[in-house]
Amino acid sequence: MRPDLFEAPDYYNLDDLLSEEHKLVRDAARQWVKRDISPIIEEYAQKAEFPKQILNGLSEIGAFGPYIPEEYGGAGLDQISYGLIMQEIERGDSGVRSTASVQSSLVMYPIFSYGTEEQRKKYLPKLAAGELMGCFGLTEPDHGSNPGGMTTNFKDKGDHYLLNGAKLWISNSPFADLAVVWAKNEEGRIHGLIVERDMEGFSTPETHNKWSLRASATGELIFDNVKVPKENLLPGKNGLGAPLGCLDSARYGIAWGAIGAAMDCYDTALRYAKERVQFGKPIASFQLQQKKLAEMITEITKAQLLAFRLGQLKNEGKATTAQISMAKRNNVDMAITIAREARQILGGMGITGEYSIMRHMMNLESVITYEGTHDIHLLITGADVTGIPAFQ
Amino acid sequence: MKILVCISNVPDTTSKINFTEDDTKFDTNGVQFVINPNDEFGLTRAMWFKEKQGATIHVVSVGEVSVEPTLRKALAIGADEAIRINTIPTDGLFVAQQLAEVVKNGQYDLIIAGRESIDYNGGMVPGILATLLDINFINTCIGLEIEGDAVTAIREIDGGKETLATTLPLVVGGQKGLVEESELRIPNMRGIMMARKKVLNVVEPTDSIRGTEDAKFEKPAPKGAVKLVDSDKIEELIDLLHNEAKVI
Ligand SMILES: Cc1cc2nc3c(=O)[nH]c(=O)nc-3n(C[C@H](O)[C@H](O)[C@H](O)COP(=O)(O)OP(=O)(O)OC[C@H]3O[C@@H](n4cnc5c(N)ncnc54)[C@H](O)[C@@H]3O)c2cc1C
Repeated sequence: MRPDLFEAPDYYNLDDLLSEEHKLVRDAARQWVKRDISPIIEEYAQKAEFPKQILNGLSEIGAFGPYIPEEYGGAGLDQISYGLIMQEIERGDSGVRSTASVQSSLVMYPIFSYGTEEQRKKYLPKLAAGELMGCFGLTEPDHGSNPGGMTTNFKDKGDHYLLNGAKLWISNSPFADLAVVWAKNEEGRIHGLIVERDMEGFSTPETHNKWSLRASATGELIFDNVKVPKENLLPGKNGLGAPLGCLDSARYGIAWGAIGAAMDCYDTALRYAKERVQFGKPIASFQLQQKKLAEMITEITKAQLLAFRLGQLKNEGKATTAQISMAKRNNVDMAITIAREARQILGGMGITGEYSIMRHMMNLESVITYEGTHDIHLLITGADVTGIPAFQ
Repeated sequence: MKILVCISNVPDTTSKINFTEDDTKFDTNGVQFVINPNDEFGLTRAMWFKEKQGATIHVVSVGEVSVEPTLRKALAIGADEAIRINTIPTDGLFVAQQLAEVVKNGQYDLIIAGRESIDYNGGMVPGILATLLDINFINTCIGLEIEGDAVTAIREIDGGKETLATTLPLVVGGQKGLVEESELRIPNMRGIMMARKKVLNVVEPTDSIRGTEDAKFEKPAPKGAVKLVDSDKIEELIDLLHNEAKVI
C-alpha cells in the first residue's frame, strides 16, 4: 500500500468547536492510525486476518471504553472524544473500528450500566487495557432485524443457569475471552449473561470468506448446555431495551466512524485527481470529477455537523434512539456513496489494494447492515415521526 | 537533573500559507499547529533521561494562549510542568531573553531547544540563550549522554560527526539524531489524563528588546509552466535559453 498522506478535511472549521482535549485525543488517535494501522492493514485485510498486535495500541489511545469512568480503568472522556476516536480508527479501517466499538459499547457499556459492582471491578479494567477482549451476541441465524424473536435461552438450575442456543455474525467471537450474550429466561424475558471462553459447551467457530471487514474476525457463538454461574447475569436491566441501549451507544460511534472512512476516500480521490493527467490536464480540472469531489466534501461536512450536534446531545444525556438512528443511517450511507464515487475517480488504480478506497467500500457494506440495517433505521425514523411502527 | 525543553509552536508542514492585514500578518485560519519537530526530538530525548535517570522535565513556550494545546501535548507525552510566557514571540533575541529569565528562576541543569524552528528557520535562540546565561552550548546536537555533571555530546559537522565532552549546565540545539523519528511518542490515554492535572504556569514577559518587527510577507512567485525540449533538439534549447529565458 502507498504511504499514508492523509490530511483531514475540515471545511467548516469544526475544529473551532472542539476543546483542547478533544483535539489532543483525536490527533493522538490520528497519529497512531498513520503509524500502526495504515502500513499493515491492507495485508491483513487481504489475508482475512485480525491484526492482534494492535490491541495494546488501541488500548493506549483510549479506544476501549473511553467514556467509562477512570475508577474502572476507562478514560472518563466525553462522548465527542469517543466519537472522534472512532472516526480516526475507521479512517484506517472499519474492521478495526468494529473491534473497538464492540469492546467499548457492546461489552464495557452493558457491564458498566447493567452490571454489579463486582462485575465492573472484575472485568472493566482488564477490558480497558485490552487484556481481556469481549464480544456481543444478539443476532441469531433466524433473528437479525428482529432480535426480540430470539430463541437462545437459559433455565434456572438452582446454583447456575443452563444456556442453550446459537448466535451468528458475532464480531470478535473467534478470539474473545468473554461474550455478553442476550438470551431469554423461562418467562421469555431477555437478559444479558457474561459467558467466558473456557465454560464447557461454549464454542466460537469463525465465519470465513467475507468480502467485507476482512481484517475483523467474525464468528458464531454456540451454547450447548453451558453452565453459567448466577453471578454472571447482568441484573441492572432486562427486556429488549437492554441490548438496544448498547446498540444506541455503538451506533452513535458508527455515525462518527463512517465519517472517517468517507474522509479517507475523499482525501485520496482529491489528491489523485489533482495528480492524474489525462487529455493533457489533471482529471481534477474536468467538471464531472469536480462535481463528485464537491458533493463529497458537502456531504462530509453535513455529516460532521450532524455527529457533532448528536455528541452534544449525548453529553447532555438527551440523545434519543431515533436521533441516533438518523445519524447512523445518514452517515454510513454518505460514506458508502462517497467510497463508490471516489473509487471511480481512481479508475483502475481504485480497484487495487494500493489505495484504501475499495477496502473502505467493501467494509461499509457490513457497516450499513450491522447495528440495524439501512432500512430498519428508516423505519425507526418513520415510526418516530408518525407514531406508527411499520416493522411488522 | 532538571531539564527545560524550549518548545516552539509551528504550523504543520502541510499547512497552506497565507497572509492577512496587507501581508503583514500570518493567516492562522485553518492552520494546524504542532510542536516544532527539532524540539520534539529534544523532548523525546528528555523523556529518556526522565525514565532512565529520574530527570524532571519542564517545557516552556513563548506565546499567547493559542500555544497551550502544544504545551498540553508535551505534558501528555510526559513533561512534568509547563510554562507559557505570555507574549508574541517576535524574534530570536527577544525569545532568548524571555527564556533566559525562566532558566534563571528555575535553576535548570540542561536546556534543550531545537536547532531551528521550521517556520522562520532563524536558528538563533539556543545560541543567544547560552550567551545570555554564560553557559556551555552545543548546537546541531545528534547525540547526548549525561553522567552526573559530565556530558558527552555528538555534533553534526560538515561531512561528519564530532564528539565533545563538556559539563552541565548546558544549552543544546537539538535535531533529528538526538532520537530517531521512530522513537517519537504519541501521547497515550494515560498521559492525556495525567496532563489534565499537571501545572501550566502562565508568566508575564520581562521587559526586553524586540530586535525586529514584521513589515511585510511575500510568497515566492508561483512556478511557471515547464517547457519540454526533445533531447535531440539541442539547438532549440540553446535558442530558448538565449532568447526566451535570457539566462545565457
Ligand atoms: C460483519 C458483521 C458483523 C456483525 N457483528 C455483529 C455482532 O458483533 N453482534 C451481533 O449481535 N450481530 C452482529 N452482526 C449482525 C447484524 O447486526 C445483522 O446482520 C443485522 O442486524 C441484519 O440482520 P440479518 O443479517 O439477519 O438480516 P435480516 O434481518 O434478515 O434482513 C434482511 C433484509 O431485510 C430487510 N428487513 C428486515 N426486516 C424488515 C422490515 N421489517 N421491513 C423492511 N425491511 C426489512 C433488512 O433491511 C435487510 O435488507 C454482524 C453482521 C455483520 C455482517
